[in-house]
Amino acid sequence: MFETALTAKDLIFLAKGAGMTLVVTAISVFFGTILGIIFGVFRYQVGPWWAAPLTFVLDVFRSIPLLIQLVLANAFVTTVLGIRISGFTVACGVLSLYTAAYCAEIVRGGIESVPPNLRRAARSLGLSWGQDMTQIVMPLATRVALPSWIGLALGVMKDSALVYIVQVVELLKSTQILITRLQEPLFLLMVCGAFYFLISFPIARFGGYLEKRWSHD
Amino acid sequence: MIEIQNVRKSFGSLEVLKGIDLTVAKGEVLTIIGGSGSGKSTLLTCINGLEPIDSGKILVDGTEVHAKSTDLNKLRQKIGIVFQQWNAFPHLTVLENVMLAPRKVLGMAKADAEAMAVKQLTHVGLADKLNVYPTRMSGGQQQRMAIARALAMSPDYMLFDEVTSALDPQLVGEVLDTLRMLASEGMTMICVTHEMKFAREVSDRVAFFHKGVMAEIAPPAELFGAPKDADLQKFLAATH
Repeated sequence: MFETALTAKDLIFLAKGAGMTLVVTAISVFFGTILGIIFGVFRYQVGPWWAAPLTFVLDVFRSIPLLIQLVLANAFVTTVLGIRISGFTVACGVLSLYTAAYCAEIVRGGIESVPPNLRRAARSLGLSWGQDMTQIVMPLATRVALPSWIGLALGVMKDSALVYIVQVVELLKSTQILITRLQEPLFLLMVCGAFYFLISFPIARFGGYLEKRWSHD
Repeated sequence: MIEIQNVRKSFGSLEVLKGIDLTVAKGEVLTIIGGSGSGKSTLLTCINGLEPIDSGKILVDGTEVHAKSTDLNKLRQKIGIVFQQWNAFPHLTVLENVMLAPRKVLGMAKADAEAMAVKQLTHVGLADKLNVYPTRMSGGQQQRMAIARALAMSPDYMLFDEVTSALDPQLVGEVLDTLRMLASEGMTMICVTHEMKFAREVSDRVAFFHKGVMAEIAPPAELFGAPKDADLQKFLAATH
């Protein structure tokens, strides 16, 4: 039977879409952050000249709209390379690189915020480069970088709405499907917005909590 | 023994060390005085291998500091250095600051490292500050913590780079007292300082650096009592 009112099933359908948004975001932020740390440390360590090629590639990812990246990446992988992978994989791959491009800058800024004198003191105590990085630089840089990183994670979550273009049914796409059937765009977009808020709010609060906990120093 | 042989060092076109020759024996307290830009602080960071040198040699117990084959991380365990800025690690408590290097570099067990840290912090009069974050302490207390942190590695040599210069005048005394105590315990020390009274009291020898050259070196009574170098005479007249 064709329903024209919002049913419990529709809400479950939206919740599944929200789940997909969360999964795509979690995977992208996870891999994007790992890559971002590697790229950021590399950029800081080798200096601007040697890092120039990497910086250029990251700038490309930062300056081209995500929608275009998704369409081109999908076409490139499936048509040019002829590899059959799901839109989900393409979406996660592109979003991870997009996240990494921004995260690398955040990481570099965080490392630069650690006073060189502290690092000198650490090295003078006999700590190796790696120990200095893990014991001194990373803990201090994290405190500086956390607010920007939370902002990035929330931004990626909202940007993940664009992955519908490679046939991933996430929150916004689920909403559009319902709009087509129910013809109640404003109401459904409000429900969709509420879902987005419900998943972002805890992340933002958790970031606030960490900042507060670390504020003693 | 620290042997410095004809060491030269430039920053760009500015030569800050112009062939320094100096030997510091075990148990000796050497203070280095001189105006700013005379190269005295640079020499300390070179001894510890934090700065490369252009030519010459620095040997610590026979090991050449700047040789490619030298394991600097290992050598630095022998040489403690305390800087003008105390450089407390702000995310660690006082106890954790002091425990870090013994744990990570020497691989000490947690309990042993803690015992060592408590011992050194008690030594410098900070036994009641173990679980405080350094930013909650005065500059003098943070500087004493930095000294305890270096001592926790059981170094054979201690280098002090103007450790009282960044302190409020009323906090200078407590840090100098700590240095006096170390000197009286027989620690081998090289202190770069502007505190002439302190230099006169604790040193076995005092060296005067001027424009990258060691212009004069002598026991304190001689150096302060009958300075030979003309620049030293001017310097002493200006500091009195």
